Amino acid sequence: MKLDINGQVREVDADPDMPLLWAIRDVVGLTGTKFGCGMAQCGACTVHQDGVAIRACITPISDVEGTKITTIEGVSGKVAEAVQAAWTQLDVPQCGYCQSGQVMAATALLTDNPKPTDADIDAAMSGNLCRCATYHRIRAGIHEAAKVLG
Amino acid sequence: MLPLKLKPEIFRPTRRAFLLGAAVAGTGLSVSFRVPGARAEAAAEPNPFNAYVTISPDNKVTILSAHMDMGQGAYHGIATLVAEELEADRDQLVVIGAAGNPKLYGNLAWGGVAQGTGGSSAMFSSFDRYRKAGALARAMLVSAAAKQWNVPAGEITVEKGVLSHASGKQATFGELADAAAQEQVPAEVALKPRDQWKVIGSEDFRRIDSRDKSTGQQAYTIDVKLPGMLTAMVVHPPLFGATVKSFDPAPAKAVKGVVDVVQISRGVAVVAENTWAAMKGREALTVEWDDSAAEKRGSTELFAEYLKQVDEPGLVAANRGDVDGAMKNAAKVIEATYQFPYLAHAALEPMDAVAQKNGDVLEIWGGHQMPDLYQAVASQIAGVKPENITLHVMKTGGGFGRRAVTDADIIVEAVETAKAIGWKAPVKVLWTREDDMRGGRYRPLFVHKVKVGLDDAGNIAAWHHRQVGQSILIGTPFEGMVKDNIDATSVEGVNDHPYAMENFRSEITNAKVGVPVLWWRSVGHTHTAYVMETMIDDIARQTGKDPIELRRALLKDHPRHLATLNLAAEKAEWGKEMPQGTFRGVALHESFGTVVAEIADIAMDDKGGFKVERVVCAVDCGTAINPDQVRAQMEGGIGFGLGSVLHEELTLTKGQVDQSNYDAYLPLRIEEMPKVETYIVPSEAVPSGVGEPGVPPIGPAVANALAAATGKHVRILPFAKGLAA
Repeated sequence: MKLDINGQVREVDADPDMPLLWAIRDVVGLTGTKFGCGMAQCGACTVHQDGVAIRACITPISDVEGTKITTIEGVSGKVAEAVQAAWTQLDVPQCGYCQSGQVMAATALLTDNPKPTDADIDAAMSGNLCRCATYHRIRAGIHEAAKVLG
Repeated sequence: MLPLKLKPEIFRPTRRAFLLGAAVAGTGLSVSFRVPGARAEAAAEPNPFNAYVTISPDNKVTILSAHMDMGQGAYHGIATLVAEELEADRDQLVVIGAAGNPKLYGNLAWGGVAQGTGGSSAMFSSFDRYRKAGALARAMLVSAAAKQWNVPAGEITVEKGVLSHASGKQATFGELADAAAQEQVPAEVALKPRDQWKVIGSEDFRRIDSRDKSTGQQAYTIDVKLPGMLTAMVVHPPLFGATVKSFDPAPAKAVKGVVDVVQISRGVAVVAENTWAAMKGREALTVEWDDSAAEKRGSTELFAEYLKQVDEPGLVAANRGDVDGAMKNAAKVIEATYQFPYLAHAALEPMDAVAQKNGDVLEIWGGHQMPDLYQAVASQIAGVKPENITLHVMKTGGGFGRRAVTDADIIVEAVETAKAIGWKAPVKVLWTREDDMRGGRYRPLFVHKVKVGLDDAGNIAAWHHRQVGQSILIGTPFEGMVKDNIDATSVEGVNDHPYAMENFRSEITNAKVGVPVLWWRSVGHTHTAYVMETMIDDIARQTGKDPIELRRALLKDHPRHLATLNLAAEKAEWGKEMPQGTFRGVALHESFGTVVAEIADIAMDDKGGFKVERVVCAVDCGTAINPDQVRAQMEGGIGFGLGSVLHEELTLTKGQVDQSNYDAYLPLRIEEMPKVETYIVPSEAVPSGVGEPGVPPIGPAVANALAAATGKHVRILPFAKGLAA
């Protein structure tokens, strides 16, 4: 099966029902995307499929063939850079384990909605669990990135 | 199940150790698996270049941390301490975990006898140790430069990783590192006075791992990849205490990618080429269990039993004055019963570990929160000498106490599985979320019953406090530190409360239940603070006193508590009129040597629901090494604690855990996170910790705000259940 991950098309030898998460981590070897729940409850595995945030843990690789997958290692552009800069500037992460997913979700949010309110942020980020509860800074980070992006 | 036979020494608590609750755990370990004399305070200073700091020719300064980092920022705190004295540049710093030598890395809050992270003690233990390491290393760099340049050492200055002399001579740390490491270790070294600090206490010394953690570059145990490595999933017993009766490996072995199916002490491991194959293999496997010795009671039965037991006298854990006499003469008695459920740590990175043996050398990657214990356990399983076991200390995706596990569960699984397949490949054991949630080691279920006698003036005449719950330490290798069957981690926060009262008794009944329990971020304080602080609030309410004024009156002899409370009250503008529909509550609690006051503002909606909108937090943690990290831990602790009181509940039915994932076990999500303002009490005292102390006050602060709105304190946790009761 051919998968387009971070702009590189790779031949992946795996069961078609293997979740994209494990294909990315175990077969392709990109480990920035994390496993947290396996049932789309925590968002740690968030990646972009054609620019839209999806949960890689419940998405079989057969569903993504022919689409463009972007992981935390490959995410780029003004919005992602602004988000990552804000995350670093405000020291958002604590353990950091969920933050790849948070950054991917925040990037997708700001791409769609350049000036989100707190309520917009809560709605868009509710699926991304942070057990360290860095939510206070995640909100601030998104606002900061929005400000920088103008 | 526990392969380990330790002979714990009798626990003799120092005041500090007693304060530390969970941290005292280490003390019991001591010499039973360590050479006698392995004390932290050795005669000569260790060479900092071997022990704590390595500098490579490329000018990188690598700091070897005695404490693991589960997100609480211990690495950054230690980096700050070293950088201050070494005069290193922030950008050249790298921190890695060290393990295997309690003489160098033993936790000084535990007397230095064993290495470990817990009880919010990392900064207390590291404050002198790592500043001294930085100062010694700098002195040796200066000495090496003085020789090479043939100038007096006193004329050399060091700044941002560069040594300079007025003659124009300059060198980086990297250029001098080899020569410096050969220098004699100075017998004494002066630490900078406080007024010369540049990075300790600074807002500008930002956390060094934020960029890696924002770009997916931070590696955790789950990310470890070794040549030929296999991944294993373990089938665990459905009931705590059940054991494997039989299993047929064939259906699992038939799954593509499955390499082996092996029995280990904790279940059956399915070993495969990748995670997905291991998951599918495990799904195909059926195991017959012997559950004759298993725990079969559910939460409902346990609560019913505890509620009966709490009416019977327990072991007396503290007794001052004459409670019974004073209670008899009381003008009024307030009585309340509280119920606390089991709680899961539910860290986002599930439990995992990697084991590999090559020849006589065993390597284990993991979140080694108690490395000496894990080394001893692994040594016993693998038959490898402790000194031939390398522990790679990984940062973990959360922890909250779960990685300091007394039976070394995940380490046992990794080493036993690798052994069972003949050490033919490195093995990563990975738990799924379901394994993690159902894998035991919970915050114990507790019932409290409190009777407070008030005199005519509404003053506290007597306080009788009784608890029923499982001891965390009894039945573990740490049992030696339990004195007269009183586990300090059960009664901390009650026995040592700061409020002035002459007649006070605390009793505890240790429930015997087969559900494994463990410290959970702030340990006993998770329930004791809730009870103490809602009771104090109830007393204020029932005697018509302001809750802050009442506390002030009861805290006359506790200036730290008073100052912290007052700072929170001032910043929150306590006493001002609240907008329609909004209410506030306060709570104050000391844990692990740190005092925290929190004032929660809630907004009621028209359906009887509420939202916590804002929390003002004041904290006295002694010297604040990284003020922004102190704030981060308060914010996180508040969110973590708030989630626990709002929705978190781990229940059992007929011995089986009901929840298995985040769809049913409900940590806080972003929409329920309040705005948090943290204020730090200025202090020059030795640092205490901040990882845990933000947690205990938030539950009671919110409960007290809710009582301001409704007149009732929630006494059955979580609120989702208590409000409906």
